[in-house]
Amino acid sequence: MQAIHHIRSRTVVLPATDVDTDQIIPARFLTTTSRDGLGSALFADWRFDANGHPRADFVLNRPEAAGCAILVAGRNFGCGSSREHAPWALHDFGIRAVISTAIADIFSNNSLKNGLLPVLIDEDTHGWLLAHPGAAVEIDVEATTVTLPDGRCVKFPLEAFARHCLLHGVDELGYLLSRAPAIDAWERARTR
Amino acid sequence: MTALSMFEKIWQAHEVVPESAETPAVLYIDLHLVHEVTSPQAFALLRGRGISVRRPDLTLATLDHSTPTDPQQVFGGVPIRIESAARQVAELERNAAEFGIDLLGLKDERRGIVHIIGPELGATQPGMTIVCGDSHTSTHGAFGMLAFGIGTTEVGHVLATQCLLQRKPKTLAVEVSGRLASAVGAKDLVLAIIGQIGVAGGAGQVIEYCGEAIRGLSMDERMTVCNMSIEAGARAGMIAPDETTFEYLRGRARAPVGAAWERALDDWRRLPGDAGVAFDSAVTLDASLIEPMISYGTNPGMVVPIGGRIPERDDEAFLKALRYMGFEPGEALAGKRVDVVFIGSCTNARLSDLRTAAALLRGRRLARGVRMLVVPGSQQVKRAAEAEGLHDVFTAAGAEWRESGCSMCIGMNGDTAVAGQYVVSTSNRNFEGRQGQGTRTLLASPATAAAAAVTGRITDPRELMA
Repeated sequence: MQAIHHIRSRTVVLPATDVDTDQIIPARFLTTTSRDGLGSALFADWRFDANGHPRADFVLNRPEAAGCAILVAGRNFGCGSSREHAPWALHDFGIRAVISTAIADIFSNNSLKNGLLPVLIDEDTHGWLLAHPGAAVEIDVEATTVTLPDGRCVKFPLEAFARHCLLHGVDELGYLLSRAPAIDAWERARTR
Repeated sequence: MTALSMFEKIWQAHEVVPESAETPAVLYIDLHLVHEVTSPQAFALLRGRGISVRRPDLTLATLDHSTPTDPQQVFGGVPIRIESAARQVAELERNAAEFGIDLLGLKDERRGIVHIIGPELGATQPGMTIVCGDSHTSTHGAFGMLAFGIGTTEVGHVLATQCLLQRKPKTLAVEVSGRLASAVGAKDLVLAIIGQIGVAGGAGQVIEYCGEAIRGLSMDERMTVCNMSIEAGARAGMIAPDETTFEYLRGRARAPVGAAWERALDDWRRLPGDAGVAFDSAVTLDASLIEPMISYGTNPGMVVPIGGRIPERDDEAFLKALRYMGFEPGEALAGKRVDVVFIGSCTNARLSDLRTAAALLRGRRLARGVRMLVVPGSQQVKRAAEAEGLHDVFTAAGAEWRESGCSMCIGMNGDTAVAGQYVVSTSNRNFEGRQGQGTRTLLASPATAAAAAVTGRITDPRELMA
């Protein structure tokens, strides 16, 4: 995994609350054995009409959304299914951080393992971001802060080990495998 | 000594390495359930790194999500119609063989939905930790255990190490007093709970369901309740094991026998939380006030009693959901048109669910124009239902009787409705497009679904039970 220290981007704003992972990537795109290329299916039923044509009014289809790496989302983003295809699709599309007041647990866990940063912020800051789509925002992973264009800087919570993994570009599996002696000992103690 | 909750006891018993400020706990997993849709990329990771599966004996695989339920494609020699799904099935067969994992394959008589077969085989036991790359893994918590859904990267972690890195969640007690009224079921109860606490009401928490109404539920019903914990945003749901639990497990294929059974019972009886244990938060409900419930919107918290009206709100998310559903604020739901009825899923496709639906359908026919799919949760459920003649009731009424699988709960296996159609469904999610692009799902119990099939309208099932 690539190390991530800063994410600097204009924002794209999707204010809908309770966006579930079936919207982020509908189930019919899950009959794949790969994790690559899922960006084309991101929000498929919101981005495209029944004939596969882009819906001009959907925020991710607008010209100003091009190149945006930070998604500002409504409360409880990523609820529902545990499909990791959701963060895979967002990442493949170019999104590197999701900012909201609440992000669903499994989605949040899955995102951290794929270089997609879930950022929880307070209602006031969130309200400002919702009202200012396209704002140039900087996220500092080391300092766990979000800096708004006016210089306002707010902290966000980030689990210590997840932060370590992001900053050093390492994955958790290596750490878990390094704990094999403890796992061996635990298994032996249990079967005694 | 500190009073411990059931969750805390199970957590402590599985801590290989406790959590610290720097690192999450290393938590041991007793049973890892695997299916065809969320596992291929995890096996590919292992293969790429040259890692084997640490405990194939604690891993059990089945085919359910993208696997067809059409008897011709399962047993009739007709190829699986969706080519990408066929590749997923073949990939799991290859992975199971290569990594030495027990797979209940396409034609195996023990195959079924992953959360139905674990309990049915007696592989799901009190005190365990169970994970699966599926959010409805919370189902297994009905047996007094910690069971939760994980993503594919974590599926890889468990395959490689039999462990997960986890921060300890908080606990939420949901106490349900009183007794459910007649013709009100576990599905109605859990929809009422989600309606009360909301779709994020359980976020970051493990729910323990308790109280007189919960104690009075059968294991099938307890599974229905725990199954939908994730729809309240919870990490897991659990119910303390008791004689109902033990009776269910006694004699099942993977349950302990003889002296091991007696030892297990001793352990299991120590699992319920200690007297006076404190939860991080708690909510209460009175079961006697709960009526048959139905959803009207696009998440499982948007529910009302079946005789009720859609609330009147003006926030954009609410109005967007109603536009999708083709409903107006303040409207009554009873009497609205129904196109498709689906009885199935890990929420409501056990034998008791099929009996409930069949009782309403016996001697009746589907309303004109209604399509009904009945999909047993497992091949064992299917055979048991056929032994009782339930399949004859369904087919005589005009319903389709299928092989087991996730079917129309998740539109990725060929079982879908058509855009614009209203589907009364015993499944767990009414998200936009969940049952096919543009479809509109109304979540309900098996009784309410069967009643809708007969009348072609949203109908209080009690009207047909008189």
